[in-house]
Amino acid sequence: MNDHKNRSNSKQQQSFHPQEQHVKLQKQHIKQQKQHVEQQVKDNKKSGSGFWKELVRGIIISNPVFILILGLCPVLAITTSITNALGMGAGVIFVLLCSNILISSIRKATPTMVRIPVFIVVIATFVTILNLTFEAYVPALYKSLGIYLALVVVNCIILGRAEAFASKNSVLLSIADAVGIGIGFTIAVLIISFIRELMGTGGLQIFGRQIFNIPGLSAHPLIFFISPPGAFLIIGIVMGLLRLVGVMKNE
Amino acid sequence: MNNLLTIFISMVIINNMVLAKFLGLCSFFGVSKKLSNAFSMGIAATLVMLLASVSTSIIYNYILVPYKVEFMKIVIYILVIASLVQITEIIIRRTNINLYNALGIYLPLITVNCIVMAIALINSAENYSVLESIVNALGAGIGYTLVIIMMSGIREKLDLADSPKSMRGLPVAFLVAALLALAFVGFNGIV
Repeated sequence: MNDHKNRSNSKQQQSFHPQEQHVKLQKQHIKQQKQHVEQQVKDNKKSGSGFWKELVRGIIISNPVFILILGLCPVLAITTSITNALGMGAGVIFVLLCSNILISSIRKATPTMVRIPVFIVVIATFVTILNLTFEAYVPALYKSLGIYLALVVVNCIILGRAEAFASKNSVLLSIADAVGIGIGFTIAVLIISFIRELMGTGGLQIFGRQIFNIPGLSAHPLIFFISPPGAFLIIGIVMGLLRLVGVMKNE
Repeated sequence: MNNLLTIFISMVIINNMVLAKFLGLCSFFGVSKKLSNAFSMGIAATLVMLLASVSTSIIYNYILVPYKVEFMKIVIYILVIASLVQITEIIIRRTNINLYNALGIYLPLITVNCIVMAIALINSAENYSVLESIVNALGAGIGYTLVIIMMSGIREKLDLADSPKSMRGLPVAFLVAALLALAFVGFNGIV
């Protein structure tokens, strides 16, 4: 009984502040990111050319989808066509860039205790702006992205970058990080949506314009690939291939 | 009544949160390594989804819609959900320590999970009443629990299988999910 009490007490102390607990949620993902970042920060101090290094790192070395395996929900859900993937990529880059800039410029004024709620509100604000903008100017795209555009707010990539990078680095480096990670995400969704659209419709279409058709396949497309099971299959195979050629590490 | 049954069945098997809508994938692949953990995660998620959709649909129907501020829903929902999970965790910890030990560690994981936010957004996108939202959340939670239990059962066996080195772990789990999703496509057209 005593033991129980002690344990629960220590638990309470550990997680007394709600913010503190919130941090725990992302710990797993952020841990990986932090290691990357710390290494990178050290390197930057040596070389001085931080901006481009951060940018390239986000695209390749810590690609959010294939290497860090973050934010998988939109990757599978909206990759039915290249147009959707481009829209989602643009949305993620916008939110990531704005929230990184704002968070890194207020990083010295933000108390450590309430940083996570502050980040969440900042991100939610930009996601609202993004949703309203899409609804007004590209209604067709807004409709086909559906709730996934609003769900950018719970995407681990964005909160992860805010916590692991923007809250510790200068505005300039945070911009580089946001652009790099954003482009990395966009490239990943483009690769998957390219395969899915090509197999599932037998051709490629960008913003309603037909790019090309594969003769036999477009008459009898493999609809399986644009259906939900196809998404799981493609991402499983792509991940397996990336591990086979050594881009990703085996488990 | 018929309407409620339709919402429930379509949420459990046809529009399954994980296999048809790709929501909550992080926890789906992260926690489905052991059957017992998967069960606890499913129950905790169902609980949080129920609470979240009750509170968000009340806010939506009685505050946001009458005052015409629906565009604020993303900011409001995420704050409501985050604080709700905190409160639930504190209440469970104070009242039932056994339940806390079983579910506690999964509760914070769920806050950032997209399924809870998604169910709140679906409820308001479909203009569901409070009762319909509750049924919708219950269906989604049961669907999630069902699928994560199936997945963990398969993955426990899969660990013993001799799969290619580069496919081990996550990639092969995705292939299993593809087969499960294919089976669930068969339910299309029931309702």
